[in-house]
Amino acid sequence: MNIIKIKTSKNHTKNLISVFFIITAMQLGGCANLGVQPWERDLLAKDEMALNADAVDIGLDEHIYFSKEGTSGGRSFAGGGCGCN
Amino acid sequence: MQLSKSKRITTLLATATCTLLNAGVQAQETKSENDWQFDTAILYYGETDRVSLLEGVVSATKDFGDQRVLNTKLVIDTLTGASATGAVSQPYAQTFSRPSGDGQYTTSPNELPLDDTFKDTRVQLSANWTQPIYKDTRVNLGANISREYDYLSVGTSVSAERDFYNKNTTALFGLSYQFDSIDPVGGRPIGLSTMVVDEGQFGAGGAGEDAFEAAFDQTRITDTDDKSTIDALFGLTQVINRRMLVQLNYSYSTSSGYLNDPYKLLSLVNNNGETQSILHENRPDSRAKHSVYAQTKYAFDNAVADVSYRFATDDWDITSHTIDSKLRYNLSESDYIQPHFRYYQQSEADFYRPYLNDIDALPAFASADYRLGEMTAITVGLKYGHKMNNGHEWGVRAEYYQQDPKNAGFENIGVLANQDLYPSVKAFILQFSYSF
Repeated sequence: MNIIKIKTSKNHTKNLISVFFIITAMQLGGCANLGVQPWERDLLAKDEMALNADAVDIGLDEHIYFSKEGTSGGRSFAGGGCGCN
Repeated sequence: MQLSKSKRITTLLATATCTLLNAGVQAQETKSENDWQFDTAILYYGETDRVSLLEGVVSATKDFGDQRVLNTKLVIDTLTGASATGAVSQPYAQTFSRPSGDGQYTTSPNELPLDDTFKDTRVQLSANWTQPIYKDTRVNLGANISREYDYLSVGTSVSAERDFYNKNTTALFGLSYQFDSIDPVGGRPIGLSTMVVDEGQFGAGGAGEDAFEAAFDQTRITDTDDKSTIDALFGLTQVINRRMLVQLNYSYSTSSGYLNDPYKLLSLVNNNGETQSILHENRPDSRAKHSVYAQTKYAFDNAVADVSYRFATDDWDITSHTIDSKLRYNLSESDYIQPHFRYYQQSEADFYRPYLNDIDALPAFASADYRLGEMTAITVGLKYGHKMNNGHEWGVRAEYYQQDPKNAGFENIGVLANQDLYPSVKAFILQFSYSF
């Protein structure tokens, strides 16, 4: 009656990584036609289109998830920060 | 002459509009020069029967022109309530020593052991300065300090970003260094040492107390310990078309030093699942993490969609997937609603054990912290925002967050078969924000 740890297969993770990189490569391949002229930035220039719109909300959420989950960071530096319980 | 002037204006316009797009603090709402922009918020986070947190934020941003931007941020939070210790529940009452060694707490039969002594206040200050150094190239310098009763964290970061192809592509490279110092209440427990519990074996009176203290001190190291974290971040931002942009980040993070949670425990049980003693957890003293983060934003006529995905993996064997999506829908010129959905899934660390069996040899590392176990979590939320006539903006956000720890293939032996070893954690989040 030892503790038996049945490792579930983690192969699906490898498959997901492959799919992710293929998609990324396909997107980058089309880069030649990407982008806009400076006068076409009316929508992109809106505050809500900034990648870190609601920066204060994001900071608060990242503190919660940093404290409660096994992974942190990705969007920016993961860092250390607190002895959160 | 006329041509070069109009060209210069075009360049100026391009620079001005692009500034708004760049990742980093300069994406904050820019008001006229020499004005401070304040973003403030207060957040309540409450778990059912467990931790509750009240957190206030004041972020102040000043645009000095020429893409030179200063952001300073003050965060104060206060935490109270009970936290799962990692010990398993039992069909009988269990007594634990408090982390300080002063006093005990007892949990009822079939009740998950929670340490209800947590009460902490944290103050965090951070500053970030953005400075253009060369044509289309900027440098961000950051510093932060965070202090709580048993924890001090100081850090610094530097990153450089450069625009290419008519500012449609931005590349970023950054490094950060974080130094944390930990001084737990009652000292640091020796990894996998047995918790000393006074059950009368030390005798009564002063002599008994002294004997308990001597035994308790045997399991503790009293001076502070620390950990260092170095992060490297590579980022690429690409404008796809008039409505869409994407960001792709790769980050590497390596930590070394004291990575234990000094307050987390493990139950050592017999073959019938009955607790024989309580051990202090022990984690490896280094960890290396990799993550890939992709985010896209799309502007509809009356809405903005923000979808991101993060894949993370590390040498503790924790692999996680996170999907986060927000849809900001403008009800009018001044009002919007923003539904939010987030899904998180992680696999367990290779040294995660819900409990240890006393017929097995002690492993080198073990933790029963559910945050290192297999779990899924969801967040659903809604925000309402309103811009007033004077340009000030307020918002209110309500969210529900639920964590569902899973059994990663461990057997529930003996009496543990009737215990809930993986209870869900349910939390409610309420936030009010005001910007001016």
